[in-house]
Amino acid sequence: MAEIVTIDGNEAAAYVAHKTNEVIAIYPITPSSNMGEWADQWSAMGLTNIWGTIPQVVEMQSEGGASGAVHGALQTGALTTTFTASQGLLLMIPNMYKIAGELTSTVFHIAARSVAAQALSIFGDHSDVMTARATGFGMLFSGSIQEVMDNALISQAATLASRVPFLHVFDGFRSSHEVNKIFRLSDDEIRAVIDETKIREHRVRGLNPEKPVVRGTAQNPDVFFQARESVNPYYLAAAEIVQKAMDRFAEATGRQYHLFDYVGAPDAERVIVLMGSGASTADETVQYLADQGEKVGVVKVHLYRPFSVEHFLGALPKTVKVIAALDRTKEPGAAGEPLYLDLVTAIEEGYVSGAAHFDERPRMIGGRYGLSSKEFTPAMIKGLFDEMTKAQPKNHFTVGIEDDLTHTSIEYDPDFDIEPKDVVRAMFWGLGADGTVGANKNSIKIIGEETDNYAQGYFVYDSKKSGARTISHLRFGPRPINSTYLIRKANFVAVHQFGFLETYNVLDAAARGATFLLNSPYPADEVWDKMPRPIQQQIIDKNLNFYVIDGYEVAKETGMGVRINTIMQTCFFAISGVLPKDEAIAQIKKAIKKTYGKRGESVVQKNFAAVDAALDHLYQVDVPAQATSTIEVPLVVPAEAPEFVQEVTATIIKGDGDLLPVSKLPNDGSYPSATTQWEKRNVALEVPVWEEDLCIQCGKCVFVCPHACIRAKLYDGAVLENAPATFKSSDSRFKENKDWKYTIQVAVEDCTGCSLCIEVCPAKDKEQAGRKALNMGEQIPIRETERENWDFFLNEIPDVPRTDGFEFKNIKNVQLLRPLFEFSGACAGCGETPYIKLATQLFGDRMVIANATGCSSIYGGNLPTTPYCVNADGRGPAWNNSLFEDNAEFGLGFRLTIDKQNEYARELVDRLRDLIGGDLADGLLNADQSEESGIAAQRERVEQLKAALEGNNNSAALDLRGLADVLVKRSVWIVGGDGWAYDIGYGGLDHVLASGRNVNVLVLDTEVYSNTGGQSSKATSLGAVAKFAAAGKPLPKKDLGMMAVNYGNVYVAQVAMGASDVQTLKAFREAESYDGPSIIIAYTHCIAHGFDLARGLDQQELAVKSGHWPLYRFDPRLKAEGKNPFQLDSKAPTIPLSDYAYKETRYSMLVRSMPERAEMLMDEAQQFVNERWHKYEQMLKMYEPETEA
Amino acid sequence: MDLTTTYMGLKLKNPLVPSASPLSESVDSIRHLEDAGASAVVLYSLFEEQIVEESEALDHFLSYGTESFAEALSYYPEMEDYKRGPEEYLDLIREAKAAVDIPVIGSLNGVSLGGWVDYAKRIESAGADAIELNVYYLPTSIDMTGTEVEKVYVDIVKYIKKNVDIPVAVKLSPYFSAMANMAKQLSDAGADALVLFNRFYQPDFDLENLEVVPRLVLSTSYEMRLPLRWTAILYGRIASDIAITGGVHIHEDVIKGLMAGASVTMMASALLRNGPARIGETLEAVKVWMEEHEYESVEQMQGSMSQKNVAEPAAFERANYMKVLQSWQPDPSGRGFQR
Repeated sequence: MAEIVTIDGNEAAAYVAHKTNEVIAIYPITPSSNMGEWADQWSAMGLTNIWGTIPQVVEMQSEGGASGAVHGALQTGALTTTFTASQGLLLMIPNMYKIAGELTSTVFHIAARSVAAQALSIFGDHSDVMTARATGFGMLFSGSIQEVMDNALISQAATLASRVPFLHVFDGFRSSHEVNKIFRLSDDEIRAVIDETKIREHRVRGLNPEKPVVRGTAQNPDVFFQARESVNPYYLAAAEIVQKAMDRFAEATGRQYHLFDYVGAPDAERVIVLMGSGASTADETVQYLADQGEKVGVVKVHLYRPFSVEHFLGALPKTVKVIAALDRTKEPGAAGEPLYLDLVTAIEEGYVSGAAHFDERPRMIGGRYGLSSKEFTPAMIKGLFDEMTKAQPKNHFTVGIEDDLTHTSIEYDPDFDIEPKDVVRAMFWGLGADGTVGANKNSIKIIGEETDNYAQGYFVYDSKKSGARTISHLRFGPRPINSTYLIRKANFVAVHQFGFLETYNVLDAAARGATFLLNSPYPADEVWDKMPRPIQQQIIDKNLNFYVIDGYEVAKETGMGVRINTIMQTCFFAISGVLPKDEAIAQIKKAIKKTYGKRGESVVQKNFAAVDAALDHLYQVDVPAQATSTIEVPLVVPAEAPEFVQEVTATIIKGDGDLLPVSKLPNDGSYPSATTQWEKRNVALEVPVWEEDLCIQCGKCVFVCPHACIRAKLYDGAVLENAPATFKSSDSRFKENKDWKYTIQVAVEDCTGCSLCIEVCPAKDKEQAGRKALNMGEQIPIRETERENWDFFLNEIPDVPRTDGFEFKNIKNVQLLRPLFEFSGACAGCGETPYIKLATQLFGDRMVIANATGCSSIYGGNLPTTPYCVNADGRGPAWNNSLFEDNAEFGLGFRLTIDKQNEYARELVDRLRDLIGGDLADGLLNADQSEESGIAAQRERVEQLKAALEGNNNSAALDLRGLADVLVKRSVWIVGGDGWAYDIGYGGLDHVLASGRNVNVLVLDTEVYSNTGGQSSKATSLGAVAKFAAAGKPLPKKDLGMMAVNYGNVYVAQVAMGASDVQTLKAFREAESYDGPSIIIAYTHCIAHGFDLARGLDQQELAVKSGHWPLYRFDPRLKAEGKNPFQLDSKAPTIPLSDYAYKETRYSMLVRSMPERAEMLMDEAQQFVNERWHKYEQMLKMYEPETEA
Repeated sequence: MDLTTTYMGLKLKNPLVPSASPLSESVDSIRHLEDAGASAVVLYSLFEEQIVEESEALDHFLSYGTESFAEALSYYPEMEDYKRGPEEYLDLIREAKAAVDIPVIGSLNGVSLGGWVDYAKRIESAGADAIELNVYYLPTSIDMTGTEVEKVYVDIVKYIKKNVDIPVAVKLSPYFSAMANMAKQLSDAGADALVLFNRFYQPDFDLENLEVVPRLVLSTSYEMRLPLRWTAILYGRIASDIAITGGVHIHEDVIKGLMAGASVTMMASALLRNGPARIGETLEAVKVWMEEHEYESVEQMQGSMSQKNVAEPAAFERANYMKVLQSWQPDPSGRGFQR
């Protein structure tokens, strides 16, 4: 009897892959990363494949590397697999041609995802797999979690039998991350489907010096073509082989699939054809419509490659009159999308060959849907079927969006709903930090595995990493649930954050008579008046059953902190009636024990206490007949925000981005910068409050603030005349302007409450040592006044002049520079953003940034709002993210353009000397731009130049006018994380450093792949636990800095601002001023390190004191000056490595899980640190210039 | 020369026992203590509060930031299991019992009554020969009365005695209004021994950073005066054995302790400062002293200088203090006192 489990698609695919392979080579990429993580975890736990041996899992440096390793393992005869998505798959394509060309059996499991075009998207569509159509890989598509598990096996059996390699494809997020109740295949079932003789044949084909062959020859025009055709029999046979595997699978499990599964009326006239998760919704919708007598049907494509015309035609009813192909991809410029073209061909060939058996020749249309996980609902499918009844249905249509530009979209009624009454549909609005999603995953397991009900869960996350919102969509019902779209009409809505009532339309999806559970700080008899009017009105209009609980109070009482998850879960079970109350509580406790048991009894007990206390605090609210609230929903963005922000950005912030029509969106991916300022997120409960009398004006708080929320200005006090009443200032302590005033101002609505500024503040009250110049205070009471103060500070007080007597060579003065990177969505307490912010303070008005994909590209460029901003003159960093792997090269490209254009502009200045005047020309050509004043002077000259060229239509003059700006020095920055710099992008980075060109590389080294969830990189240090290094990384961190030092002409600095802000500042200034390649490797504390990030700077200091992170600078200019170019900026280690490391979970968890190994690795790590320090000391001597005797 | 002594019914080859300290954190160093001559070993303390804190910290950091962001739903690999405080400690007891022949005494500091009993039972079943309750408790509440504080101690002892069969010692602080009565209450509650006294680590100030900092100060011989006095007063008047800890540094301290009435004397600071070899050196010096002074056995000297047995019992009482002062003469300079 097959076991019933509730798992997501990634786990389902990984399960079969791990059971049926020997070698697994992977590289993390969303949304497929979890498959590799599962496989690695299972192997680490000693779980075997069905032949009783533990598969070897290896993490590579890129998908290119993974596919190479896979190819090699296959060529030597191992059963080998990999998992990937999107750009990752594209990087595998060259090897895929090889693997297929060599008729090699393998399955790659793909969580299909958009390929970055005008923007990156992590979400699901088929644009990645469609780029692999020509490789010779077969393609089998799955549309539900059960299908993912089943087709993982069917594709494995088929590839072995057919020798055609396969992509097993399912939709990223919608299938990879949806949790559903399914049957898990047993080892016996797996064995029954796979023909073991084929495995032995696969091994025999492996390269073997005992009976050597040469594979991978170079062929010439005489034979390549014929050899390429030699594989045809295998492709011709493959479809039949897949069907046989499906039949064998059906014998073993009772679940029958076909290459094309038809569902619908036997006499359907309108048939849609699609694949992936959308096919499940189409299946559901077609059955509903057919039951109502509509002559509609759907062909669900499983085997897309090799495409079997015969099987496809056989699947269609002969009554069909219109066929619509739905492609979840876009091929600009093509005659149609891939599936459409295949179907057109199939029908045409059917008529040519006589295989077409239709009553009349069907009309063909095709269109696009669901790009980047755009919702695909029964309403859209109904809309399409309606369109298909028209005499001239739209071809090359889109569905699910409003295309008001080229009018491709077809219309539909969004209220069309087919969900059956006996399915419980529950929506939960929570915060990432409150544990809502985790509890919901447990609820699904409880209902799915402990009752006869089926269960489904899908989770929508925020694009921000701090204060992130989550929406959980849970369905429970008596039949398998294949609704692959978000809940539209919920009969239970829980809002776990009271503040959401003002921010989102949380009750929009509530059905009439639904239950509404609110986590409210106000009791049942007071809550009504505290809610915005529109919410009250919806409760009344929809006749909702309204319950409240003060979840935070219960959490506080029971020691749960901010985690209200089990409390709200208990309430859900109590009032939804999905399970009898006592049984539900028993099951919740069982789940708690399972989830938290290994973390300690006390953790279990406090969760139990929370469950027990929850129901005593749950109250039903008597809903008044009238909406009486005076609280209106506030504006999403202030009225003074620019038009684009009002129209587009605000709509996205509100959660209504789906409603934006095509014409509103930029067509080339360019967005205005400086938009985070309009999104006031108010995520911090507590914010820093400045005590002007205690402040010593050192600027450290401004330096470390990850979100640029705390700022300093020095100004002529006259401006204070119009200051708001509560605006604070103090006398200047700056020697440059002693008579001026000084203010530290906090943007309380943008602050995330990380408290790094409080920790770094050195000024303490002499009368009350616990009080500093900055202390955390409640945000809500000061929100209004501080908003006003911030506006005054920002807009009425001028920035300090950059060229007038001030030098920005110390932390104290640098605090006065306006950051051009603000309020990003990075984690509270982020260690990366202060470095980026510093760079923008120093060079932001002339910066061009190439940003590798990763955390910094997500908080740097994820919609709706982006943090790079502009100064009072409108200048600021220009930013772009190309890919993960190519960032150094991308940035070098910027440099090449700037150098070329600068050269051409200088030539033009010289050529047009007579027109613009000799003095100006000489000034422009000979400008010294090494300091701010020189740059300012050049900017003035450029303005004069433009004025001089005004009205002149000579081609050279027009060119020069267009290029004039480039005569001002530009600063090229190449920014990325360690995953990029140490692993996937290292080859390019190395090449760019070796180019000698003037680029500045900033490596934000968190020592782990942070953005994809903590996978090990070559920057991960010895002994640290990470994904793919669950037993602690056994090898030391690569010394990237020294590899660059070896070139001799590269400026290299290793910095940690928490250990030495002065050295960090020096390094940034030196790197930028060096006319050649520079690299700064910055120690970056991270949420993935597992400690309180408020202590991030202390931890950085310990990293340096322990010798884990020596500070140094290597400046080739010093050598030319006869000085030692290598400067060791930190002292020899003064504390044991463990004093630093064991403050972080990434190290300490190994002590808990494998104490002996932890001790061994820590000893080795200590030895490594000692030896490295010794090496650096030797280097110091080695680089010492020889003194003449 | 007979150095043997009996402590809580355990036959010990000599009266020198290393008290709870980092020296008993690994089996290797426990073996060193035995090799150096220790007659038993008190393991470092299992702190319930620390276990709870570690569990919660682990839970917090494994949960923090998870299920929030679509690309990073977690940050660590899922481990099969974590060895947390009690398991590690219980493993140490098991391993120590297998590695050494001397009795192994577990030490426990609980928070909740349930926690005390649960861990005590686990320490017993791991094989400990006895258990020392390290009641490290600072009643800082201004509303809590002395009686209430005393009840906490007594309840813990009673409850644990009811639940374990191995001998139970209580290590307590000297800060009771009625020390003697407290000792009697604990003895009546079933304590097999009282360990005098617990040294609280007193926090210090960091003047540069204006912060309160923990700072461990090792004891000196002088500190033994306090337990010495109370041992002498209690000896023969309560059923419990007595152990002296805090300030035992040299052989004379050992001898004084025994004479006051202790069954064993316990060392920590002296071992941390000088290494385990100090045990052997001290025992050797005790033997020499006993030979020189013609003592045949430890038993013979035990309690010989207790309040019951000395010529001037009042010397242990308040008059003692007055006498000390009288033995000092004013400093002629007027700046203070000089002997």
